[in-house]
Amino acid sequence: MSDYQHHVGHHFEHFEQELASNKLGFWLFLATEILMFGGLFVAYAVFSNTHAEMWEMASGHLDRIMGGTNTVVLIVSSLTMALAVRSAQTNNRQATGLFLIATFALAAVFMVIKYFEYSAKFEHGLLPGEWYTPHGADTPAQGNIFFGLYFMTTGLHGVHVLIGMIVIAWLWVKNAKGQFSSAWYTPVEIVGLYWHLVDLVWIFLFPLYYLV
Amino acid sequence: MATQVEDINPDIPSDVNYLNVTKGLKSWLTTHDHKRIGVMYLYSVMAAFLVGGMLALAIRLELLSPGQTVMSSETYNQVFTLHGIIMIFLFIIPSIPAALGNFIMPLVIGAKDVAFPKLNLASYYIWVVGAIFTIVAIITGGVDTGWTFYTPQSIRQSGSVIWMGLGIFILGFSSIFTGLNFLVTMHKLRDPKIGWFDMPLFCWAIYGTALIQILATPVLAITVLLLAAEKIFQVGIFNPALGGDPVLFQHFFWFYSHPAVYIMILPGMGVISETITAFSHKPIFGYRFVAFSSIAIAVLGFLVWGHHMFLSAESEFSTMIFSFLTFFVAIPSAIKIFNWTATLYKGSIALTTGMLYTLAFLFLFSIGGLTGIFLGALSVDVHLHDTYFVVAHFHYVMMGGTVMAFLAGIYYWWPKITGRMYPENISRFACLLVFIGFNVTFLTQFVVGSKGMPRRYYDYLEQFAPLNQFSTFGSWILGAGILIATVSLLWSLKNGQKATANPWGAAGLEWKTGSPPPLENFHELPEIKHGPYDYDYLYGGQKPTRH
Repeated sequence: MSDYQHHVGHHFEHFEQELASNKLGFWLFLATEILMFGGLFVAYAVFSNTHAEMWEMASGHLDRIMGGTNTVVLIVSSLTMALAVRSAQTNNRQATGLFLIATFALAAVFMVIKYFEYSAKFEHGLLPGEWYTPHGADTPAQGNIFFGLYFMTTGLHGVHVLIGMIVIAWLWVKNAKGQFSSAWYTPVEIVGLYWHLVDLVWIFLFPLYYLV
Repeated sequence: MATQVEDINPDIPSDVNYLNVTKGLKSWLTTHDHKRIGVMYLYSVMAAFLVGGMLALAIRLELLSPGQTVMSSETYNQVFTLHGIIMIFLFIIPSIPAALGNFIMPLVIGAKDVAFPKLNLASYYIWVVGAIFTIVAIITGGVDTGWTFYTPQSIRQSGSVIWMGLGIFILGFSSIFTGLNFLVTMHKLRDPKIGWFDMPLFCWAIYGTALIQILATPVLAITVLLLAAEKIFQVGIFNPALGGDPVLFQHFFWFYSHPAVYIMILPGMGVISETITAFSHKPIFGYRFVAFSSIAIAVLGFLVWGHHMFLSAESEFSTMIFSFLTFFVAIPSAIKIFNWTATLYKGSIALTTGMLYTLAFLFLFSIGGLTGIFLGALSVDVHLHDTYFVVAHFHYVMMGGTVMAFLAGIYYWWPKITGRMYPENISRFACLLVFIGFNVTFLTQFVVGSKGMPRRYYDYLEQFAPLNQFSTFGSWILGAGILIATVSLLWSLKNGQKATANPWGAAGLEWKTGSPPPLENFHELPEIKHGPYDYDYLYGGQKPTRH
């Protein structure tokens, strides 16, 4: 145990009030995230309906194996994140650090696979707008919309993964300094919530774009 | 006023208060105090309001006569776009919640600050950054799409649409953080002695507003993000040239922007509940109805966005549903109007400037609301869609509603915020000018709109000239009123009479601390003996009631 002591904000009566406020605030933030991605899912619903045939054809060009691997990677990273929270709760600083590193590493694996996926699409000209110059069999005429939306959605999700990696690294530093204990581990818990949401978005994204 | 049960205007010392506890510009720019942040917002949004107002005067000046009067058609398009963007995103959305809400809400629920003071300061700076982006957009060539950015026009536009879009994206975060902060504050920092139904109705209105800010604003964020991506990466979903659907943009845009008009009006309704009770010295009529109607408006507001697209290839069936739902949302607004009017009945009415603006609100908002029903009716809307009738309607709601309420709130809480009294008679005179000028400007536009003059046009037919001139004269009276109000308020900062703790004899908790309040709002939280509207107890000697 370290001698670091968390100070409750001057405007709070007690620690529980602060904790409850932080949690409620963060849940509300998660609601805004869901609604933001919601817009993209609505666009998906509209175009997969109006351009059903093109949608199906274009979807066939996504790499299910890479996508599937990434899904597994993210689910495992959610587990390691949950274990990091658990370790922080039980004062196990070393384990917290290790689980945070594991989560960070899995997130990095996700981004690397994403990089290979993106480059393959670039190579085949499967891009939005005027850059849509597909070569190869079974490429639909208006596939530019599919890939426009695909890059937009997975891109925004990728940005969230990157932000997640940054805050996980920040957590690791704080943890190494011994700032978390069973008495105060709010940041670990909140980042955990965030990471599960990033995971959850992908869980919807994967079947919609790769499998349907 | 038979028996006074307690000293209504106690002498609470305020020598050391939030304004003078620390000094210097840095102490303001780095403050975490919700009151100081509220004051910074107040000055900033007022500045935005004055800039937007000058643009409005420029628009009216150009429309004084048909053809070119003072500016080219390109300039005119940019001026009305800028007027809309500044008034909506920089002024009216943050106006009451971020300025008055920040100052008053924590005070009346017995909290020392908002739940996340640093986030509160951050949201102010995010607002500033968003404002800078809009300025960059002007420098890089300006935007002439109107504040609605309809595609495909906005896609064909120069790159400054991207700057403007990003500015609005950033301003959206400011709004989300304010709403999130307030919601958590009301849930978690409310004094245990103050139950939900002991909160002033202003807080209920802020609560409803915060719900919309949190749930609708992210959709605007993704919309402008997609618009920017559309221009940079040609995503194609809004661009018909790439196979996209421009009407989808309208759906996205209004899914935020219709609920957003309730972000604009709900806080105003909250202010009116405070001022009308304080200045008629009566309990609010039907507390729970007014409270729940705020929440009802917030919820129903999400279901009516389609009424902006009656003429945008919407199916007959969906126009019918949206029209019906639009009529439905009028009910909670009407409940409020009736309850406020009933509150006046047999009250002891003090015609202060705050009350005059309150009465102006009741009158103008009713007109604004009722003309909204014209526009919600399918057959009538075909004729009135995109005419000056619409312009007049939303100015009656937004300016006649929200701005009147904002001014009512400023005059009501001015002594509390600044510790000074404003000059009453000059302010009343300014209010009269504003009221007359407003009606001359916009009542005319109902007429010219119903005769068929389209909105946003640079030029118009000769036959509309007299009405347009009348409207422009009105805008000068309105401008003079606002100018006199601004100057007299600023004058009072230094020269106004010192305010006592409770100059209006009001019942709210904010009047039981010094004017201005100390750093953490109360030296010691007073015993809460009565509700925020318990004037029967304060002046009539009846038992204290709870709602």
